Amino acid sequence: MLVNQFLILAALLFSLGVYGLLVRRNAVMVLLAVELMLNAVNINLIAFESLLQTELAVGQVFSIFVITVAAAEVGIGLAIILMIFRNRSSANVDDFNLMRL
Amino acid sequence: MNLGDWISQPVNWVFTLLALASAYSGVRVVTSQNVIRAALFLVGALASSAGLFLLLSAEFVALTLVLVYIGAVIVLFLFGIMITRAPLGRDVALDHKRRAPAAITSIILFAVLSWASIRAFAGREVTGVGDATDTRLLGEALLGRFVVPFEVVSFLLLAALIGGITLARKDLSPAEEEAREAT
Amino acid sequence: MDGVDILIVVGRVLAVFVLLLVTTIFNVWLERKTIADMQNRVGPDRAGPFGLLQTVADGLKLFFKEQINPSKVEYGMFVLAPFLAVIPALLLFMVVPFGRPFTIGGREVLLQGADLNVGVLFILAMSSLAVYAVVLAGWSSGSKYPLLGAVRATAQAISYEAAIGLSIVSVVMFSSTRAGGTLSLAGIVESQAGTYLGFLPRWNLFPQVVAFVIFFLAIIAETNRAPFDLVEAEQELVGGFHTEYSGMRFAMYQLAEYMNIFSMSAICATLFLGGWNGPTFDGQIPAWVSAVLPTVWLLIKTYAVIFAFFWIRATMPRLRYDQLMQIGWKRLIPAALVWLILSTVAISVRQFGLPWSA
Repeated sequence: MLVNQFLILAALLFSLGVYGLLVRRNAVMVLLAVELMLNAVNINLIAFESLLQTELAVGQVFSIFVITVAAAEVGIGLAIILMIFRNRSSANVDDFNLMRL
Repeated sequence: MNLGDWISQPVNWVFTLLALASAYSGVRVVTSQNVIRAALFLVGALASSAGLFLLLSAEFVALTLVLVYIGAVIVLFLFGIMITRAPLGRDVALDHKRRAPAAITSIILFAVLSWASIRAFAGREVTGVGDATDTRLLGEALLGRFVVPFEVVSFLLLAALIGGITLARKDLSPAEEEAREAT
Repeated sequence: MDGVDILIVVGRVLAVFVLLLVTTIFNVWLERKTIADMQNRVGPDRAGPFGLLQTVADGLKLFFKEQINPSKVEYGMFVLAPFLAVIPALLLFMVVPFGRPFTIGGREVLLQGADLNVGVLFILAMSSLAVYAVVLAGWSSGSKYPLLGAVRATAQAISYEAAIGLSIVSVVMFSSTRAGGTLSLAGIVESQAGTYLGFLPRWNLFPQVVAFVIFFLAIIAETNRAPFDLVEAEQELVGGFHTEYSGMRFAMYQLAEYMNIFSMSAICATLFLGGWNGPTFDGQIPAWVSAVLPTVWLLIKTYAVIFAFFWIRATMPRLRYDQLMQIGWKRLIPAALVWLILSTVAISVRQFGLPWSA
């Protein structure tokens, strides 16, 4: 297996995530696109770990960190979206102009 | 390595299947017109990348991905979607009207990323399925060399926990506050 | 790996499936009989001796019934959801060692579907996948009661998974003091061989009794059994998530439920009750009896846990939803955390001595 086949797949998933991030209006969908991008990063980390065979398995350790941080991010992100949905009854990111009210 | 050699390795067929599944699910995540469907296609994308991790002999990370992402994060998504509203069929206004700039941006990004990786890593091979990485090694790395990031991440999780509770808490009116203190 | 090895692997997987399906048929009958007995009824007694074939008859009936497709369902998901219930239930038992490995013709045969060296993590992953069947069934039915059942199921599964995970962590930490640290179930079983003081078996149950109680309560909730069966509470939600299901699709949910009970009880017996460990009387009785006895011990232990499931179902009233959440988050998880810290401190004091004794 070449390392490039994993890297290009990850690049594809990352670009799809960027597309979703830019094109979606619904905040939940934006979060889903972010998850797709984080997953692409994980594929890269694991592929590089398999290529370099570091002594401390650095790639795998960091992908575990990425997974953990993503879990925290989704928890907080969904809580915020639910709060805004409760106050504004909309999950549309274009309506999230709370700072200027 | 030429194409014939590449195809003759069975592990590459598995890779191709998983990559197609993951790419298809990825496309559907960002194009699906129903929130719940999109979340389920994300499950597909994650599951196939867990398969890729198994191919790269990262058993522990693959199962952690299934456990944390598929088993908890996406379930949380579904929960969040369902307690607000759970639409069947097409949802309205999930996308912006103008898709072209986003599509162009992501195509350019993909081109740049893949050009860079082809230039940098042409012909380099990874070790495939074999002895899985020792879980003990991962544990020792996490609590040895990487103990500070580990603690920082656990602090982040604690902060997220407290933040989630604070955000989700209902604001009580003064009368309710008194009633709660009385009990 | 030659042909015989592949045959052995196929045989192991088949053995797991057959064991699961046969015990499921038996367990449904056992539950109905046990609960009937506790309620001074007779229970099923028509089909076959003691009504043993009742489950087969029920299964055949459901098989020939019409599968109704309500008009508002999301068809694809509606059909897929029952399969998503059965698949994790089948896979869950794959990592449980159900007998002592034996040697035949110079080949070692493991009595286990697959000996993953991250078996414990696999169990947690599979049991967390089971919730998708309920969520998708509830959502794709396009009707209010199933949706309520699905929303309840998600919150319940996430809450109690944490308790399961934490209690398993303390068991894994404890058995690492004996077997040198392993996440494989076969290793955890081997670490429980032998006895304390010559008579008390060295099961994890005795040093880890708090973890056992937490794990047991959490698996009742995880398999959606009474008193935690709010997902399908008949009096409140008609049938809960499976209200719109009928015929074979409904039967698959029942099948998955009983397979989950059996697998979870077997995992409980493996982690806490010594798995297949037990007296085998090697050399005193025919060799094949010694080879079969470990499987018998595991089944006896598993059925003790399953009986507790049925017993609790017949005794306890269903909890309210807020009580369920309070037990999960305010009792089980803090208790599991405190126990984890206590047992870690105890283990490290035993291994490294007190901090000031250098």
